[in-house]
Amino acid sequence: MNLTYQTIAPGALRDECLRLREGGMDFLVFLTGLDLGDEGFGVVYQLENTQTKEQVNLRCVTPNREQPVLPTVSDIWDIANIYEREAYDFLGIIFAGHPDMRRIYLREDWVGHPLRKDDNPEAQNPLRMDNEPLSDTTWQYELSEDGTLTKRENVVFEPEDYVVNIGPQHPSTHGVLHFRVAIEGETIKHVDPVLGYIHRGIEKMNESMTYPQMLALTDRMDYLGAMQNRHALCKVIEEAMGVEVSDRVKVIRTIMDELQRIDSHILFFSCLAQDLGATTAFIYGFRDREKILDIFEETCGGRLILNYNTIGGVMHDLHPNFVQRVKDFIPVMRKGLKEYHDLFTGNVIARNRMEGVGILSKEQVIAMGCTGGTGRASGWHNDLRKLRPYDAYDRVEFDEITFETGDSFCRYMVRMNEIEQSLRIIEQLIDNIPDGPFQEKMKPIIKVPEGVYYSAVEGSRGQFGVYLESRGDKSPYRVHYRSTGLPLVYAMNTACRGNLIADLVTIGGTFDYIVPDIDR
Amino acid sequence: MALKRPAIKNIPYEEFKDNETFEKLVEELNQNGVNIAVRSLDWLFDWGRSHSLWPLTFATSCCGIEFMAVCAARHDIARFGFEVTRNSPRHADVILVSGTIVKKMAPVLKRLYDQMADPKYVIAIGACSVSGGPFRKSYHVVQGVDEIIPVDVYVPGCPPRPESFLYGMMQLQRKVKVEQFFGTTNRKERDPFKQEYKERSEKILESQEEA
Repeated sequence: MNLTYQTIAPGALRDECLRLREGGMDFLVFLTGLDLGDEGFGVVYQLENTQTKEQVNLRCVTPNREQPVLPTVSDIWDIANIYEREAYDFLGIIFAGHPDMRRIYLREDWVGHPLRKDDNPEAQNPLRMDNEPLSDTTWQYELSEDGTLTKRENVVFEPEDYVVNIGPQHPSTHGVLHFRVAIEGETIKHVDPVLGYIHRGIEKMNESMTYPQMLALTDRMDYLGAMQNRHALCKVIEEAMGVEVSDRVKVIRTIMDELQRIDSHILFFSCLAQDLGATTAFIYGFRDREKILDIFEETCGGRLILNYNTIGGVMHDLHPNFVQRVKDFIPVMRKGLKEYHDLFTGNVIARNRMEGVGILSKEQVIAMGCTGGTGRASGWHNDLRKLRPYDAYDRVEFDEITFETGDSFCRYMVRMNEIEQSLRIIEQLIDNIPDGPFQEKMKPIIKVPEGVYYSAVEGSRGQFGVYLESRGDKSPYRVHYRSTGLPLVYAMNTACRGNLIADLVTIGGTFDYIVPDIDR
Repeated sequence: MALKRPAIKNIPYEEFKDNETFEKLVEELNQNGVNIAVRSLDWLFDWGRSHSLWPLTFATSCCGIEFMAVCAARHDIARFGFEVTRNSPRHADVILVSGTIVKKMAPVLKRLYDQMADPKYVIAIGACSVSGGPFRKSYHVVQGVDEIIPVDVYVPGCPPRPESFLYGMMQLQRKVKVEQFFGTTNRKERDPFKQEYKERSEKILESQEEA
């Protein structure tokens, strides 16, 4: 949808944000930096009231290109802490008052800020093979009345802290993620995630690509939500261009999204089980997952990276066997789900490791923007399929699974119960896929009209959104993906503190983040 | 005594693609003749090693999920003796570089490789680690993992199918089977495969110093 936003002067930003926060705007959906050329640098905020579902978009611009400084909002919304670090890393915008202005994705000795339009990252940064410097201190910048910037040192790890490195190559971090964990005995004092070991610069690459080319990269971000990621990007472009897809496409996309969700949740179950030492459960999970991959392969041609959605429809029509295969799959999956519960859910070791571990309250998950199953396990109703139904979700019946406790076991059960709900959605749709074209006729060169757009879908692990700023060209001016995993990694510190170091594996496993989606 | 053609149980020799490169490699190894007694011992060692290559669980992105599928029930990597995936590089024989290697990860990958005990092998899995793949234009992606570590087998695909993983592993088996174990493979300094890599890493260091 086309965003209408208020532009606020940097001086008035904090007062306005505090006022909105008092007014119930408790969820910061995304925050991202922009390079506006001669106008300077801007930051975009989208806020949401979780009670009334009302949304506000703000934009704050600083004209100073030499030393862009904006006030921080990290004390108002917790999650802004990590988003502002991202904006600092990509664009060099300094947030005055932010307690931790370090780079987040790139190495500390990286030169320049890659998302600036006048930056040349390749020339300034050859391949460095020496070990990456990791400092234990960080900087906090303050802007005084007369406009001078002062900085002071903040401490992340005290010299006497016992710091254990977990990752980047560690089997239970689910990818190349690096945690620096300060421990006292076996109890975790502080978790500092170091990201960027799979930062591929997708947002920068997109700025020089045409819209159909951009589609290829979304699949590779969150590869267990490949369908949904691509769906979100197609959706935002279609909405911007005013293209209405046929009913058939809507139903196909819904079914595919749900199959992908089941696929992702099975993998979540398998990996969590293996992290906790239950290898048999892993084998059982993959047995059923292969069946979904077969269904995907027949229609899309790919097993993992599917390349199925396109702007204005889907790539190919459904395979003639599709309906029968899906119908055969549903009872198999139900049986499999029962086996999973017999094997793992009731297991006393699994129970003891998950129950009461890593508790997050509802206020915490909202402040930290943890959408998806992690938020729903703490009682936050955040399912976009219910809140703002898109495609065929308004015509199917299903339950939004929520729990109250917010511990690891709830996060696990949310996903297991969602498999059942996804099967219900597929069951209702599979018999009445309407006829119609599977693709709208699009122009050979796709140009999105000038404007600012944001659209989100419910991904496998939370709200996956695409922010698109177009200047009417055949490639976008700025694209930002609202990562589903970045808030989850940020929440690791809060969830793990006070727990045992062995529980970090369980908590990380039940958060279910995918690292390439965090790093983009 | 010439080198025998290595027999891989599952695929006949003719069905392997790119036999020319392989034969060239065999020819090179045969250049100075082969000692009968040593070669027979070599053969025994290589036979054993080729059927128990232990991979390191190393995955950065999508290809890692396909590697998990290879390890699971349907494709069952255990049929070939590769199922002992090790979490420590010090226990592993082969590193399957599955996924994009970015500039921040490059020194870590290099260190992992250096930590592995010789003889060690590298398989580049997927388009990203072969050449940078879809992310070739990115400012933060290494253009192929062979810039930093020597690669034995390349498996293209994005991601490769599980069958391609197994085929790549079998190509590696062939390579292991013709190696001269005594005096070459068990001694790092005289290793003929890795000379090129040494020159390359020196080049990288030079360019870094210049910058």
